[in-house]
Amino acid sequence: MDKHTEVRWHGRAQQGIVTAAKLLGESCMQAGAYVQAFPEFGPERMGAPVKAFNRVSETPIRRHCQVTNPGYVLIADPTLISGVDSGCGLTAGANEDAVYIINTAKSPEEMRSELGLVGKPARVYTVDAAHISIECIGRMMPNTPLLGALARVTEVVPLESVIENFRKNYTKKFGDKVIEGNVKAMQRGHDEVKGL
Amino acid sequence: MAIARNKREQMGLTGNSAVAMAMKQVNPDVFPAYPITPSTTVVEEFSSYVADGAVDTEFIAVESEHSAMSACVGAAAAGARVMTATSSQGLALMWEVLYIASGLRLPIVLCDGNRALSSPINIHCDHSDTMGARDSGWIHLYSETVQEAYDNIFQAVRIAEHPDVMLPVMVCLDGFITTHAIENVTPIGDEEAQEFVGEYKAKNSLLDTDNPVTVGAMALQEPYMVFKYQQSEAIKKAKDVVIEVGKEFEEKFGREYGLFESYRLEDAEVAVVILSSAAGTTKVAVDELRARGKKVGLLRPRLFRPLPHAEIAEALKGLKVVACLDRTDSMSGFGGPLFNDVRSVLYEVENRPLIFGRIFGLGGRDYQVKDALAVFEELLSTLETGKVDELIKYITFDPEAPLSVDGSGC
Repeated sequence: MDKHTEVRWHGRAQQGIVTAAKLLGESCMQAGAYVQAFPEFGPERMGAPVKAFNRVSETPIRRHCQVTNPGYVLIADPTLISGVDSGCGLTAGANEDAVYIINTAKSPEEMRSELGLVGKPARVYTVDAAHISIECIGRMMPNTPLLGALARVTEVVPLESVIENFRKNYTKKFGDKVIEGNVKAMQRGHDEVKGL
Repeated sequence: MAIARNKREQMGLTGNSAVAMAMKQVNPDVFPAYPITPSTTVVEEFSSYVADGAVDTEFIAVESEHSAMSACVGAAAAGARVMTATSSQGLALMWEVLYIASGLRLPIVLCDGNRALSSPINIHCDHSDTMGARDSGWIHLYSETVQEAYDNIFQAVRIAEHPDVMLPVMVCLDGFITTHAIENVTPIGDEEAQEFVGEYKAKNSLLDTDNPVTVGAMALQEPYMVFKYQQSEAIKKAKDVVIEVGKEFEEKFGREYGLFESYRLEDAEVAVVILSSAAGTTKVAVDELRARGKKVGLLRPRLFRPLPHAEIAEALKGLKVVACLDRTDSMSGFGGPLFNDVRSVLYEVENRPLIFGRIFGLGGRDYQVKDALAVFEELLSTLETGKVDELIKYITFDPEAPLSVDGSGC
């Protein structure tokens, strides 16, 4: 009853996590699932911490509350981890065995330690999404490589579904160059994720 | 955005995109609007449809919501099919014109992304905006999901324009929770949509110079009450029209809509009455408790104005205890509007259930499954003791720590 997957995205405004949640939701829907994708809106300004959420289920999703116990946590900006409010709620409420995927050049072991997850059953993966996005699309946009990494390390959605949905629904909006750059970024995120 | 040609194809749409798409498929004559959070993207996307030539609509960008509703009134009086969208302060600024729209019997359709009223300023969901307009003579439909908000737009057109009704309709969906959440939507085809809403021929039109009419004339002591009586009769008749239109919609598109939704209510001893998206969250709690053998259920009003009082009384009469959850406070010192309505509805019921009111989720405060479970716990303990402990109370809230945050505020 009411079994579903919950995903929480952490990032900063303009890093594309709301779009990432949207892409993930649409891709899962195309693959036949019931989905929700929604952002948490606050005061909107560039660089402000933002969250976005997904629910994915084989049956219709009826709950309309925030995601408080995610099984998947995607972190688009590693600077959210350190700082004044250490951890910044990145691990708050997440399942013990949650999957974390972090945009960073560091190793999964280092990030496990930074997130305070040493000795815990959580699975920690890293991918240098910033670097990949700069090489593939010419700007820092870590969302699509993270989606590729998610497709690799989990069974939430296959990479082909993500790419297919992206090409189908966004070519008109972005044009071929941006689309293919992002597809490449997804593929590289998928191939280069560390911690498997 | 992909436009579905095949009615069975599903789309992932936010509430606002779905509403804008429904409005596009209706293709109204006039759309005056002044965008406001969280319904902004309805106006934004609809104006794109206008710019792209996807609709024949005259889009009127106005300088305020007062003017938006005034333009709606003018266009509707001229015989046009008219739509608009707003939220919160925007609806509040329309206030005096809302009454003119209903008094003039103009079948305008408005979409409201429910948002709290200032002060303090807040952009998130509660129902204080539309609940404040509950006596304005508009028909109110509340939507639980993106799909329902989409479907309600088409039905609203039919209900508003029905010759027995001729009244404006507001379709309400929860701000951000539904307006900005992507969910699965099964759209209907453009042609089917046109077939369903049909062509609108206003009974009276200011543009019909062969049959001139006066609109907005003064009516003093004697005639005023005649008009109000007719309006009152019309909104009562809206109830049957809502049923009729819902049935036709179900026959054509397979999704069932009535006056309200009963969820596991047949043999229930206790139930929650609640509107919109929070009803979905409550259903999860109902299922959890049913699995533990508790006889609990839910009633979610869809039509709130007119109030289907006899039908709600019939649906709740077998219960022992009812909790009404309001996402607004009437500031009457006596609970929210839903609580007061349902309590009044139950007055005529023999062996009427006990009832209490709870106010939740103001200004977007999260209402989770655990909050619904706590209400059911209260219901079940009231069932045991036979006595209501606290008639009205704020929940999702700790009065001892009113300014606390959850610690994850980033």
